[in-house]
Amino acid sequence: MEEMANKKLLKVNDLRVSFFTPAGEVKAVGGISYDLNYGEVMGIVGESGSGKSVEAYSIIGLLQSPGKVVGGSIEFEGENVLEFSDQRMRSFRGNEVSMIFQNPMTCLNPVYTIGNQLMEALTCHDKAVTKRDAYNRAREMLELVGIHDGDRRMKQYPHELSGGMRQRVMIAMGLICSPKLLIADEPTTALDVTIQAQILELMKDIRKKTHMAIIFITHNLGVVADICDRISVMYAGKIVEQGTADEIFYNPSHPYTKGLLKSMPRVDADEHERLIPIEGTPVDMLNPPDGCPFGPRCEYCMKICLKHNPPKAELSATHNAACWLLTMPNKEETEND
Amino acid sequence: MTESNVLTQEENLRENRAVEAGTYEEKVLVRVENLRKYFPIKAGFKKNYVQAVDNVSLTIRKGETLGLVGESGCGKTTLGRTILRLYEPTSGKILYDGVDITKAKMLPYRRKMQIIFQDPSASLDPRMTVGEIVGEAIDIHKLAASKAERTEMIESLLAKVGLNTEHSNRYPHEFSGGQQQRIGIARALAVKPEFIVCDEPISALDVSIQSQIVNMLEDMQKEETLTYLFIAHDLSVVRHISNRIGVMYLGSLVELATSRELNRNPLHPYTQILLSAVPVPDPKVSRSRKRIVMQGDVPSPINPPSGCRFHTRCPYAKAECSAEVPPMREVQPGHFCACHIV
Repeated sequence: MEEMANKKLLKVNDLRVSFFTPAGEVKAVGGISYDLNYGEVMGIVGESGSGKSVEAYSIIGLLQSPGKVVGGSIEFEGENVLEFSDQRMRSFRGNEVSMIFQNPMTCLNPVYTIGNQLMEALTCHDKAVTKRDAYNRAREMLELVGIHDGDRRMKQYPHELSGGMRQRVMIAMGLICSPKLLIADEPTTALDVTIQAQILELMKDIRKKTHMAIIFITHNLGVVADICDRISVMYAGKIVEQGTADEIFYNPSHPYTKGLLKSMPRVDADEHERLIPIEGTPVDMLNPPDGCPFGPRCEYCMKICLKHNPPKAELSATHNAACWLLTMPNKEETEND
Repeated sequence: MTESNVLTQEENLRENRAVEAGTYEEKVLVRVENLRKYFPIKAGFKKNYVQAVDNVSLTIRKGETLGLVGESGCGKTTLGRTILRLYEPTSGKILYDGVDITKAKMLPYRRKMQIIFQDPSASLDPRMTVGEIVGEAIDIHKLAASKAERTEMIESLLAKVGLNTEHSNRYPHEFSGGQQQRIGIARALAVKPEFIVCDEPISALDVSIQSQIVNMLEDMQKEETLTYLFIAHDLSVVRHISNRIGVMYLGSLVELATSRELNRNPLHPYTQILLSAVPVPDPKVSRSRKRIVMQGDVPSPINPPSGCRFHTRCPYAKAECSAEVPPMREVQPGHFCACHIV
């Protein structure tokens, strides 16, 4: 047990993913590193095109051509995922890691019943399981995700369910083989706020019951505030800031994180306050700027920012950010030399 | 804080007196009375109706922003489009500036009422350049006397929304989502409207772009004294931009109050649930607060529940709720709520 506590579940080291398009190489993920403990919930926050989904797809081996991992490593319980054979990958997916997607309608097969699909997920990975056991297990999982009339629902097709219900089925399917890591790629973005609240409560509940690690990908900082232990903020394929939820929200250090938090309307604001937006437009990933990707939009931008990529500055044991503002003193010294 | 509270109360009182004196009407730009929009659907031999908007009455005052929130499928977009008569109302009345436009010829009113759509890439014609898109409205309403004036108008519109003049020869696909939405706004502003329906104008945009567009809409409103009907499902943004907010559930309006009042003192159970479901970007607050999680999903608008439409999911439902439709009552001055319990 002690060993478990020290051992990391997932170690991503300098992962680089590129898409080779006719227009040129798009460096969707440009060297990111992080690790994840057993049972930990990590939020990855970023805008569309920041590489947050691509990064998750490479962990689970679903990266599609023209996307390719061009560097770095992904270690899952000490094994390098990138070197897995197809067969090993198939058993790895589902058994050890599973994923739920943004749009449950496109991820469920419309011509099979819910029960059929849930049972398939189980029988694929465990050939020894009997049909009866699979059925019971599937119903149990539906119960876990808050679908109580399991017997009836098992016979229904995806189109007969509402959006929130479908997302619950997706979660049940992801959990059915008891994976150690669940990757949730914008699981609530397509849902209404009320249904989103239901799903978030459900995920918190499941976390308590199963103790599995979760990577929660989203663009909404509000969504990750209470569910995550740690948060990574991504911008243009890089992690710009990483820290515990409290550190990110109460002590944001990267200008992008600060800007994101400032640009959101405050809940407790009494008087009408003008929003403070982040100026400019997101990075064109085909022609990323030199130096810090956020440089051109940054209000504190300095000359060095447009030339060199900032190194990671360690702010505490758990908190780091990549910004020249935080490392500048050292840099000046070296420049003077 | 208290001072402003007193102010709103005073304002409300003034309005009430104005209503009694019959002078209130002047300030109202759009008035909707018992508006219904049913969409026919065929189910086998039986003809059924989706009751998208059912018996909605509201007023929008000159220069204000009325926010409209609710879950998807609650009819907020349909209501917005029916007010513009992009859909023909099934029954009810729409008054614009005191004139009944329910049956009127719309062309002259199109100049005064415009819309900004949710998905900017889908609402711009991919085969037209930005200049043509913005210029089309100017041509239809014959707003420009000469070609030079037309070009000038287009350029000033693009400048107003933060685009360059050379952008007018480009096609929509060459722009990012935020820029496309700016084009959509320039198009709506081209005819110098008085009233704009903003139909989820920011929900398709990147987080860091959303606040840019919100600020721009606010600036436009100040400069051109525009009136907005701001439709969105994101309560935090609606709360920010709106003077008053209407909450819709399954085709009917359940609560209407000033933004601050609704935030502080939500009366309808549905509004309370909706407010508590909004994610708070503050870990300590959101960990400590108890969410009221509503069970189940929205019932079908084809066969809406009897009585109060919310009673099937309402935690406080009584027998009376399923029998009788609760009327919209003014609970406090300016604060309307349709609920039996309140």
